[in-house]
Amino acid sequence: MRFLLQRTAFYLFTAWAAITLNFFIPRLVPGDPVQSLISRNQGRISADAIQSLRVLFGLDKNENVWQQYLDYWRQLCHGDLGLSFTFFPTPVSTVIGDSLLWTVCLVGITTVVSFLLGTALGVGAGWRRGSWVDGLLPATTFLSSIPYFWLGLVAIAVFTGPGSFFPSSGGYEPGLVPAFDQYFVPSAIKHSVLPAATILVSSMSGWILSMRNMMVTVSSEDYITVAHAKGLPERRVALSYAARNALLPNVSGFALSLGFIVGGTLLVEIVFSYPGLGYQLFQAVGYKDYPLMQGIFLIITISVLVANLLADVAYLLLDPRTRKS
Amino acid sequence: MTDPVLEIRGLRVDYGLGDAAVHAVRDVDLTLHRGEVLGLAGESGSGKSTLAYGLTRLLPPPGVVSGGQVIYHRDDGPPVDVLALSPAQLRAFRWAETSIVFQGAMNSLNPVHRISTQLLDVIKAHEPRSTAAARRQRARELLRLVGISADRLDGYPHQLSGGMRQRVMIAMALALEPQVVIMDEPTTALDVVMQRQILGQLAELRERLGFAVLFITHDLSLLVEFSDRIAIMYGGRIVEEAPAAQLYRQALHPYTDGLLHSFPALRGPRRELTGIPGSPPDLRAMPDGCAFHPRCPKAFDRCDKELPPLGPPGDGDPGRSVACWLHPAAVPLTR
Repeated sequence: MRFLLQRTAFYLFTAWAAITLNFFIPRLVPGDPVQSLISRNQGRISADAIQSLRVLFGLDKNENVWQQYLDYWRQLCHGDLGLSFTFFPTPVSTVIGDSLLWTVCLVGITTVVSFLLGTALGVGAGWRRGSWVDGLLPATTFLSSIPYFWLGLVAIAVFTGPGSFFPSSGGYEPGLVPAFDQYFVPSAIKHSVLPAATILVSSMSGWILSMRNMMVTVSSEDYITVAHAKGLPERRVALSYAARNALLPNVSGFALSLGFIVGGTLLVEIVFSYPGLGYQLFQAVGYKDYPLMQGIFLIITISVLVANLLADVAYLLLDPRTRKS
Repeated sequence: MTDPVLEIRGLRVDYGLGDAAVHAVRDVDLTLHRGEVLGLAGESGSGKSTLAYGLTRLLPPPGVVSGGQVIYHRDDGPPVDVLALSPAQLRAFRWAETSIVFQGAMNSLNPVHRISTQLLDVIKAHEPRSTAAARRQRARELLRLVGISADRLDGYPHQLSGGMRQRVMIAMALALEPQVVIMDEPTTALDVVMQRQILGQLAELRERLGFAVLFITHDLSLLVEFSDRIAIMYGGRIVEEAPAAQLYRQALHPYTDGLLHSFPALRGPRRELTGIPGSPPDLRAMPDGCAFHPRCPKAFDRCDKELPPLGPPGDGDPGRSVACWLHPAAVPLTR
């Protein structure tokens, strides 16, 4: 318990540091949001409008940095991340909320599925060395070394095009209104097949490899021989003794990978123009949309920290040796 | 002498297949009698652990049993050849009839499971109809048997000391009241004080429960004290077998003699410590004739030409046997 409190305190400190950096970095970049808005509209903004924009962004007050920092925290505590330039005047929190759902659905589900499938296959391959699964290993090594986005580009080149079933970009058919009905849901699923397959193929290979190798390592442990000598059923030795112990490093790896759901597959979303958080971040960078960038960075930071905490908790639950009594 | 409970006949164990195979155990005949402690001693690489793994069919690949029989005499019912059991029969046989205490006291328990889980699952696997309460009661008794308080049942292995862990393993080995307990260097990883305690306890338990022990160690001094009979292994073969006291007083094989002079006696007159010159034989290139002859101080012409058979020495007690041309067998045992 004390361990967990220590970790939580550490992560809170890290979160504070990240949020503070998040505050300062845009202020170190030359120019200000109003100037970038002006340039976006190619100068066709009246002087009055510029003045009201300055008021709106709080740039008129000539506050010192410390005062701005405190304001930033106050806004953050109210869930107010400012207004997006790209989708002006939509609040950043709304923009993030919309695209987060897409990312979590696509990458979240594929991450969980690839972990479960990859681990199961890895257990099988490690336990029965020399079976057909072992034949896949060179392929999995190859696939796990390929970046997601390259695989995505290949998938687009091979599977999409005029007359193809698979769309090459977007999250749903243009013209449809996002809603849970019989038109939108099938379209969304159809659009997610290729990006999902891309992520699945290359991330699952990693799970298979690491799980198989851990299984092989654990299989030569003394307690496995003892379990065999005890005459336990093969299944119990494989699952409760070998896989249970081999799983430990993979579980913390999985918890960490949950943190990268939000930011890790940015490039896949860009390649497929998928309306998720990664694609949004890409656009925000292009339009110099500082509030949106800040908001997305914040989400990524927090999700990585939460995932780290999850990894700690998972390890604590699974490995009694980490529990101090 | 009592009835045999485990008879090893002509057991051969190889590592690898075909011409590249290394013969780690060569034509070993050994009989374990009901309720006795049979010590098996030899240098590292003499094949004693491989023998234990081979006869329980726990050999990790590339080890293979390439010949022989291991006859187990049940309490009730006909004898069975362990090497011919089907996988299901083998599972039922293991632990219920022959249990093993392994060398690695520290790693024999799975670190992520409670002691109770690991004690109870073996009882459950072999006695599926027992109730959970009865199994737990049995586990508590077992721990008490080896002098560990029953509240340790819900502890994890890392919370126990090395000696306690090995005692838990001994308790586990006795869980199904097997007739044979194989001990593969059970106390090697422990300090001598703990070693003594555990062996004392083991002797006491054997007295009470009457199981037979095949005790494998490189420490001959331990066997002299603790076992009824001792077999000496060299280069994959048994080279001498005799009642413990007899072997200690008068070793016939020069190798046994060398082993006996490799440790100091605690009581009795002082002897000179000599050790055995040279190093154990390379199993891939065994010398012709007697495997020990290149290191033997008493080797003569015949030793590097013919393999001496194991049998009762013509000039000695028929209750023992030796494979040495200095004491040619009167009637060589078969094989």
